Amino acid sequence: MNRKKLQKLTDTLTKNCKHFNKFEVNCLIKLFYDLVGGVERQGLVVGLDRNAFRNILHVTFGMTDDMIMDRVFRGFDKDNDGCVNVLEWIHGLSLFLRGSLEEKMKYCFEVFDLNGDGFISKEEMFHMLKNSLLKQPSEEDPDEGIKDLVEITLKKMDHDHDGKLSFADYELAVREDTLLLEAFGPCLPDPKSQMEFEAQVFKDPNEFNDM
Amino acid sequence: MGVALRKLAQWTAAGHGTGILEITPLNEAILKEIIVFVESFIYKHPQEAKFVFVEPLEWNTSLAPSAFESGYVVSETTVKSEEVDTNGQPLLFLSVPQIKIRSFGQLSRLLLIAKTGKLKEAQACVEANRDPIVKILGSDYNTMKENSIALNILGKITRDDDPESEIKMKIAMLLKQLDLHLLNHSLKYISLEISLSPVTVKKDIELLKHFSGKGDQTVLESIEYTSDYEFSNGLFLNGVSKFLKTKGSIYKNLVTFLREKSPKFSENMSKQGISFSEDQQKEKDQLGKAPKKEEAAALCKDISGSDKRSLEKNQINFGRNQMTKRWEPSLNWKTTVNYKGKGSAKEIQEDKHTGKLEKPRPSVSHGRAQLLRKSAEKIEETVSDSSSESEEDEEPPDHRQEASADLPSEYWQIQKLVKYLKGGNQTATVIALCSMRDFNLAQETCQLAIRDVGGLEVLINLLETDEVKCKIGSLKILKEISHNPQIRRNIVDLGGLPIMVNILDSPHKSLKCLAAETIANVAKFKRARRVVRQHGGITKLVALLDCAHDSTKPAQSSLYEARDVEVARCGALALWSCSKSHMNKEAIRKAGGIPLLARLLKTSHENMLIPVVGTLQECASEENYRAAIKAERIIENLVKNLNSENEQLQEHCAMAIYQCAEDKETRDLIRLHGGLKPLASLLNNTDNKERLAAVTGAIWKCSISKENVTKFREYKAIETLVGLLTDQPEEVLVNVVGALGECCQERENRVIVRKCGGIQPLVNLLVGINQALLVNVTKAVGACAVEPESMMIIDRLDGVRLLWSLLKNPHPDVKASAAWALCPCIKNAKDAGEMVRSFVGGLELIVNLLKSDNKEVLASVCAAITNIAKDQENLAVITDHGVVPLLSKLANTNNNKLRHHLAEAISRCCMWGRNRVAFGEHKAVAPLVRYLKSNDTNVHRATAQALYQLSEDADNCITMHENGAVKLLLDMVGSPDQDLQEAAAGCISNIRRLALATEKARYT
Repeated sequence: MNRKKLQKLTDTLTKNCKHFNKFEVNCLIKLFYDLVGGVERQGLVVGLDRNAFRNILHVTFGMTDDMIMDRVFRGFDKDNDGCVNVLEWIHGLSLFLRGSLEEKMKYCFEVFDLNGDGFISKEEMFHMLKNSLLKQPSEEDPDEGIKDLVEITLKKMDHDHDGKLSFADYELAVREDTLLLEAFGPCLPDPKSQMEFEAQVFKDPNEFNDM
Repeated sequence: MGVALRKLAQWTAAGHGTGILEITPLNEAILKEIIVFVESFIYKHPQEAKFVFVEPLEWNTSLAPSAFESGYVVSETTVKSEEVDTNGQPLLFLSVPQIKIRSFGQLSRLLLIAKTGKLKEAQACVEANRDPIVKILGSDYNTMKENSIALNILGKITRDDDPESEIKMKIAMLLKQLDLHLLNHSLKYISLEISLSPVTVKKDIELLKHFSGKGDQTVLESIEYTSDYEFSNGLFLNGVSKFLKTKGSIYKNLVTFLREKSPKFSENMSKQGISFSEDQQKEKDQLGKAPKKEEAAALCKDISGSDKRSLEKNQINFGRNQMTKRWEPSLNWKTTVNYKGKGSAKEIQEDKHTGKLEKPRPSVSHGRAQLLRKSAEKIEETVSDSSSESEEDEEPPDHRQEASADLPSEYWQIQKLVKYLKGGNQTATVIALCSMRDFNLAQETCQLAIRDVGGLEVLINLLETDEVKCKIGSLKILKEISHNPQIRRNIVDLGGLPIMVNILDSPHKSLKCLAAETIANVAKFKRARRVVRQHGGITKLVALLDCAHDSTKPAQSSLYEARDVEVARCGALALWSCSKSHMNKEAIRKAGGIPLLARLLKTSHENMLIPVVGTLQECASEENYRAAIKAERIIENLVKNLNSENEQLQEHCAMAIYQCAEDKETRDLIRLHGGLKPLASLLNNTDNKERLAAVTGAIWKCSISKENVTKFREYKAIETLVGLLTDQPEEVLVNVVGALGECCQERENRVIVRKCGGIQPLVNLLVGINQALLVNVTKAVGACAVEPESMMIIDRLDGVRLLWSLLKNPHPDVKASAAWALCPCIKNAKDAGEMVRSFVGGLELIVNLLKSDNKEVLASVCAAITNIAKDQENLAVITDHGVVPLLSKLANTNNNKLRHHLAEAISRCCMWGRNRVAFGEHKAVAPLVRYLKSNDTNVHRATAQALYQLSEDADNCITMHENGAVKLLLDMVGSPDQDLQEAAAGCISNIRRLALATEKARYT
C-alpha cells in the first residue's frame, strides 16, 4: 500500500473513531497489515479470519475460553463475513482499549447473549460457565455446582426475577459492581495485557512525525 | 592475648586478682599456642626479641638455677643473663623461686631451657601476669587492646618515629595477631571436642534442681523440658542455654553461672556444700573431664555462629525492667517466658524460663531460629509502644463457632461460596466474590462464618494472583470484615498484611485504595502496625499521599480506576491507623509524610481532612512532629478547620492543637491565626463529649500563655468553663480544671471564677480519685486561694482539710500539687494557725512527707512548712515532730527549687527554741553555704536569710566562716535584691561580731 493511500485510510478511520488519535490509528493499521501478512490484493477483501483472530486474542490478550473467543470474533466481525477487516479491526480495538463502560456493557452483553435474542438465558449461562468449576468426582451430579452458580448469578443480577437477564438487568448489576461486566467469562483484555499491547504498538511517535 | 586470656581462659571461681588457671583442655590448648608463639619468637623476629619490656614479667618458677647454662651467670640461688639492657641490668634475673624476664628473647630461651616444664612455666607466667601487654609495652598500649588498634597504631607512628616505638608497634601487632589466633583456635577447639549431650545436661539439671533450693526459696523457678523428645544436639534445653548466654560472658557450666549471679544460690550451695562437692566429684568420676564444658561449648558455638544478634537482643531484653509478656504460639513452639524482677543482675535468677517443646519436629534449629526471631520482634514491639495505644492492646482469644450448633443459614451459603472461590476459575471466583458481598458483611455472624469455613485463607491467596478483578473482589470483602477485631488478627496471622502492602505498588489505583483501606482497618493493633512498618508499608502509604499531586497523565481505563484524591485519602486513612505506634510515627516522618500531610490539609474535602488531621493529631505527641507542624505552617490550617461543620474534624483539629500547644510559639500562632475564638465558641456545644474533651484540652494548653487568657476572657470563655465544672465526664473535667488553673493565675480571672460560683464545684472535685484531675484541681484551688475573698469560701467549704487529706494520696504529683496549694491557703486564711492545728495529725503527716524521695514533693512540703512555721505554736509542734533533723538531712541537694524552699523553711524554723543550734548540730550549715554558689537568685536570697538566722548561734558562725561564707556573702551584699543585701549584711555582721569578741577575749 502506498503512502498516500495509507494516509487517506488513516484520515478516514480517524474521523470515524472517537477513542484513537491519528497516530494511534496509523499504528493500528500498520499492525493490521503486518498481521494479515501483506498489502491488499486486487479485488479481494483482506482481513483476519477466525483462526488468525483467535490466535491474536489468545497470544496478545491472554484469552483462553474457546467459546468466548468465538463470540469476541463475532463481536468484531460486524458484517458477518467471517473475517475482520481493517475497519472492524480499528473499531473493535477502540472498544477493547478505550471503550467507555456503556460501550463495553453493550459489547459484553452481545458476547454473552449467545443466540442474540436480547436475553442471557439460564441455558446460555450454564453453557458459558460449564468449565468454570473444578470437577469434583465425589459429587453425584457433576453439573450441580454449575447449576448452583447459575442460580447465584441470577439472584445477583436478575432484578426483574423473570429467570433470564435482560440488558437492563445486566446494566443495573454492572453499574452496581463493575466486576460483573465480564460476569460470564473474560471477553475484554485484562489490564496487564492491554498495557503491554499499547506500550508495544504505540511506542514510536517519531514515525508519526515522519508522515 | 589479653582478650583471649580474659574472655576465654577458664579461671577458677576465686575471681580476678591472682587467679589460678584451671587445668582444662581448653586452657591447655591456649597455653600451648602461647608457648609455640614465644618459642619461635627469637627466630622469627630477632629484632623484636631484643626489645626490653617496660616492666619485667615475674612469676615463681620451678626451674633450678642449675638448669641454666651458657649465656648466664649462675650462682647457688641466683641466675643473671649475660644479656643486659642499656643500663647494664640483666634481662633475666632468677632469685629462687622468683624469676623476672624483660625480653621475648629471654622468654624464648627460658622455654627452651624448661623443656618438659614448659607448660608449667607458661601457666605460672600467665597466672602471675594477668595483663602481660601492659607489662611488656606499657600502660598506654593497653588502651588499644580491642578493635581500635589499627587507628591507634597509625596515630602513634605518625606522632613519634623513633625506632623503639616502631618496634613496640610491631610487637603490639604481633601480640594482637596472637590474640586473634588464640580466640579462633580455642573456638575451633571447643566446637571440635565437645558436643552437648542430653545425658550430661540432664545431670547438670538434676544438680541444679538439687541446689537451687526448694519452695519459694528456689532460684530456678523452673527448668522444664520434655524428656520424651531429646535431640542429639541438646537443643531442648533452650530456655536454660539462653539463660546462660544472656550475660554475654561464658560460664563453664550452669552451676558456676548461678553461683556467680545469685547470692541465693550460693547460699544454698554452701548449706549443702559437702554433699555438693561429693556429687560434683561423683559427677566427674562418671563423666570424665568432659562435662564441665558442655554448656560453655554450646554457648561458644552460639556466639561464634550467626546468633550474635539474638544474643544482643537477649541482653536488651534483660535490661528492661519488669516485663511480663505472653509469647505468641508459633507454628511449632509454645513458650512462656515471664521476665519478672526489677532488672538488677542479682534478681535475674528469678526470671522464669520455661522452654517446652510441643511436638517433635524434624528441624529443631529452624524452630529455634524462629523462636529467637520472635523474641527479637517482641522486644521491638514493647519498645515501640505508643502512649496513645488504643483499647486493643490485649489480643483476645479467638472464638470459633462451634460446629453444627445452631448455625445461621448464612453460614451454609457462605460455605458454598467459599467452595466456589476455592474450586472456580476466574469467572466463577468473581461471581462468588460479588455474591458474597450481598451478605451483610458488617454482621459478626457473616464475618466469622467466612473465617470459619476457611474463607480468609482463600481471600488472601487471591491477593497473590495476577487477576486484578479477583484482587479487587477479595479486598472489597476483606475491607468490610476487617472491622471485626478477631478477623484483623486472623488476617495478620495468615500473613495478609505483607501482601496488601505489596499491592500498594500496583498500577491500579482502585487496588491501591482498597489495599490501603483494608490496612487502615487491620492496623488497629500494634502487632499489625509493626508488620506494616517492617514490610515497608509506611513508605508506600506515604507515597500514596503524593498521588493527589501528580495528575500528569489522565487515567486511561476508567473501569478499575479511582480518583487520585481518593488514593491519597485511603493512604491517609491507613497512616492514621498506623500512626498509633511510636516507631511508625517516626517512619512516617522519615518517609517525608509531614509536608505531604500539610499539603493535603489545604484541601476542603472533609473525608480527606479527617484522616489527615487524625494522623497529625496522633503524631503530634512527638516532639519532632510538633516542630515540623510549626515549620510546615500546619497550625493555620488546623485553626481554619476548627470552623468546619464536621464535628469529627473539629475534634481532631482541637486535639492536634492540644498536643502542639505545649510550645509557646505555637500558642502564639494559634492566637495570631484566630484560633481562640472558634475554640471558645465550641465550648458552648457540650453534646459531643469527645469533641468537648479535645476543645477544652486545647483551651487548657493555650491558656498557658497570658495573652491567650486575655482573649479567652474577652470571649467569655472563663464563665463557660466554670459552667462545665459539673456534670461532665472526667476527660472533660481534667481539661476544664486545668484551663481554670491557668486562668486563675491572674487576679481578674480569679474574680470572675468566684463571681460565677466556680469555687464550690472546684472544691467539690477535691474528693475525686482521678490523678490527673486531682493535680489540676489542687492547682486551681491553690490559685484561687491567693484571693482572700475566695479563700474565705474555700475555708468555709472545708477545702483546706480536703487539700490536706490529699497529702496522703499515693501519687507524688498529687501530693506535691496539694502541698503547693496549701501554701496560699495558710497564707491567706484567717486564723490560719488555729485552722492548721485543728487537723488532727496533720502536722505530723506533713513533717513526715519530708522523708519522700520526690524532689517536687520535698520542695512543696518545704514551702508549706515555711508557711506553717509562721505560727509559733505550730512551729513548736513541728519541731517536736522532728522537722529540724529532717530538713537538715535534705540540705545536701543540688536541686535549685528544693534549695530555695528548703532554705526558706530552715530560715523560718530557726525561730523556735534552740532550733538554730540544732540545725548546726545536724550539719545543715555547711551545705547551705554552698548554696550561695548556685546560679539561682531565689536560692541566694533564701539561703542568705537562712544563714542570717543561723548566724545568731556562735558555732554556726564558725562553721560558716570555715566554709568560706564571708567572701560569698560579701558578693551578695552588692546585689540589687534588697532582701538579699540585708540578709547577707546581717549574717556578715554576726560573724564579724563573734570574731571581734573572740579577739577581745584573747587579748584581755
